[in-house]
Amino acid sequence: MKIVVLVKHVPDAAGDRSFAADTTTDRAAVDGRLSELDEYAVEQALQVVEKSGEGEITYLTMGPEAASEALRKALSMGGDAGVHVVDEAIHGSDAIATSLVLAAAISKLEPDLVICGMASTDGTMSVVPAMLSERLGITGLTLAASVAIEGGQVTIRRDSDEASTTITASLPALVSVTDQTGEARYPSFKGIMAAKKKPVETWSLADLGIEPAVVGLGAAWSVVDSIVKRPPRQAGTVIPDGGDGGVQLADFLSSGKFI
Amino acid sequence: MAEVLVLVDHLDGSVRKTTTELLTIARRLGEPSAVFLGAGLDNALETLGRFGAEKVYVVADAEIDGYLIATKTDALLTVVAQASPSAILITSTSEGKEIAARASIRLGSGIITDASDVDENGIATQSAFAASYIIGSKVTHGTPIITVKPNATAPIENLTTPAVVQVSVEYGALSTSARITDVAPRAKSGRPDLTEAAIVVSGGRGVGGAEGFTVIEALADALGAAVGASRAAADAGWYPHAFQVGQTGKTVSPQLYIANGISGAIQHRAGMQTSKTIVAVNKDSEAPIFELADFGVVGDLFAVVPQLTEEIGKRKG
Ligand SMILES: Cc1cc2nc3c(=O)[nH]c(=O)nc-3n(C[C@H](O)[C@H](O)[C@H](O)COP(=O)(O)OP(=O)(O)OC[C@H]3O[C@@H](n4cnc5c(N)ncnc54)[C@H](O)[C@@H]3O)c2cc1C
Repeated sequence: MKIVVLVKHVPDAAGDRSFAADTTTDRAAVDGRLSELDEYAVEQALQVVEKSGEGEITYLTMGPEAASEALRKALSMGGDAGVHVVDEAIHGSDAIATSLVLAAAISKLEPDLVICGMASTDGTMSVVPAMLSERLGITGLTLAASVAIEGGQVTIRRDSDEASTTITASLPALVSVTDQTGEARYPSFKGIMAAKKKPVETWSLADLGIEPAVVGLGAAWSVVDSIVKRPPRQAGTVIPDGGDGGVQLADFLSSGKFI
Repeated sequence: MAEVLVLVDHLDGSVRKTTTELLTIARRLGEPSAVFLGAGLDNALETLGRFGAEKVYVVADAEIDGYLIATKTDALLTVVAQASPSAILITSTSEGKEIAARASIRLGSGIITDASDVDENGIATQSAFAASYIIGSKVTHGTPIITVKPNATAPIENLTTPAVVQVSVEYGALSTSARITDVAPRAKSGRPDLTEAAIVVSGGRGVGGAEGFTVIEALADALGAAVGASRAAADAGWYPHAFQVGQTGKTVSPQLYIANGISGAIQHRAGMQTSKTIVAVNKDSEAPIFELADFGVVGDLFAVVPQLTEEIGKRKG
């Protein structure tokens, strides 16, 4: 079985993330890392291969040079190969153009199963998995809290406020996984060393047959009109509990008419 | 005036408040039409008319609930082809966002997700980077598809008698390729919906265990509030994941948020930072949650919270 796992290199949420002058995410201001939410996808792919005893995992990313770090991190956890789509023209792509590029790269890799995280930790839209299902014309099973593959079928559990639902489809399929699927493993020292030798290919838009003009900031189907830093919240009152903290809190809530 | 489609968010015809907010926003942009998918129209019609839906498009096929989401996209797009709307508004739930995403590819339309409001020019307000930025943006290509978060605006009544339009849909092979094989309904709490509630009382790792949440629930009930949890509390199995607040849980924006035994990690803040008033109870005076708090008590939540609950009881008489 061929598995493609989508991984994104994102600015670390622990840093002070900001926007560049052209309204795109500033990727230089804060150290980048493999999106934590994609680590769950890597973990599930590794488990699918471990459980079935066969399978080949290729990680796919798109983004500037530094995005290859996300591939190396994933490869250090396990898996076989990486593909990095890198092209100046991609800068500033919206979710729609992103899904166009990723779909073209996935088609070239011809996987049986595509696994991705539930959202990126920078854009956080959570729409690319469903867009890829549409573009590739393969079943999309989104927001899986658990994943099982058996006999050419994929079964997921999806939890909503109303119900926990079990859903089944035939492969090929795309699955996005939540952080409920289980903690991702840490790369071992051996894994980190092995990752350095695993093959990583670099593809350009031309390799995918995509015209530069249909992607990037200029081709986006929505425009940013304004960006304002939210004013920091005014420092409030913090009191130590001297035995009547609950009563003082009640006074505060009464003054705000919450009681 | 062109129609603006609002996809109705409902449970067996009981219309969620977010839909009434969307109908209110739709009126700023054009003529509101509701798209009702699934069973229960009779329960929904009164509310949709009260909040100004001029038309209600209805698809009640079994395919709507028997498959995962994509059939709902088929149904919505059939309505779009019929109505040629100037915009499509959908509630920003995980299901709503997926419908929006699929529709944007099929229609070749721009998409904006998680808007906290949309003005009469179609400019949507969004938060970015754990709510540290406010972004205004606009769709410039195709029929704008915007998903809007709960509590975006105060719903305004606008009495209409909606025309009901039955729509017949052809479902694509892709849409019926994912079969639902089992549904295990969740127990209802009887408390307000977490994302719609005016007050949210949350517990974190400091609550110490599932039993500790009875203290949180008691305060919530005294205030008529919803209960939330941090990921640490949800991961530990102390409270169901459906109530998790934060980046990988729910985003809430209530009038009042009370965080108990929650440190205030960036991923938690992402889900509650835009609350009007924030209160924190934490025994560590250095906890980052106090940077956000309008009022904070440094102390043991098991002393402070029950005292507060009791005090509320007294004051309410
Ligand atoms: C990709 C990703 C996504 C995430 N998504 C989310 C998310 O959606 N939601 C979320 O919440 N987190 C999320 N997290 C986790 C987040 O980083 C924190 O680990 C988590 O929020 C911590 O929960 P906590 O505040 O309850 O626990 P802790 O950080 O352990 O804090 C517990 C607090 O309780 C206090 N305390 C202990 N005992 C008492 C007592 N008796 N009385 C009063 N105070 C007490 C302590 O002083 C401490 O401040 C995510 C992390 C990642 C990497």
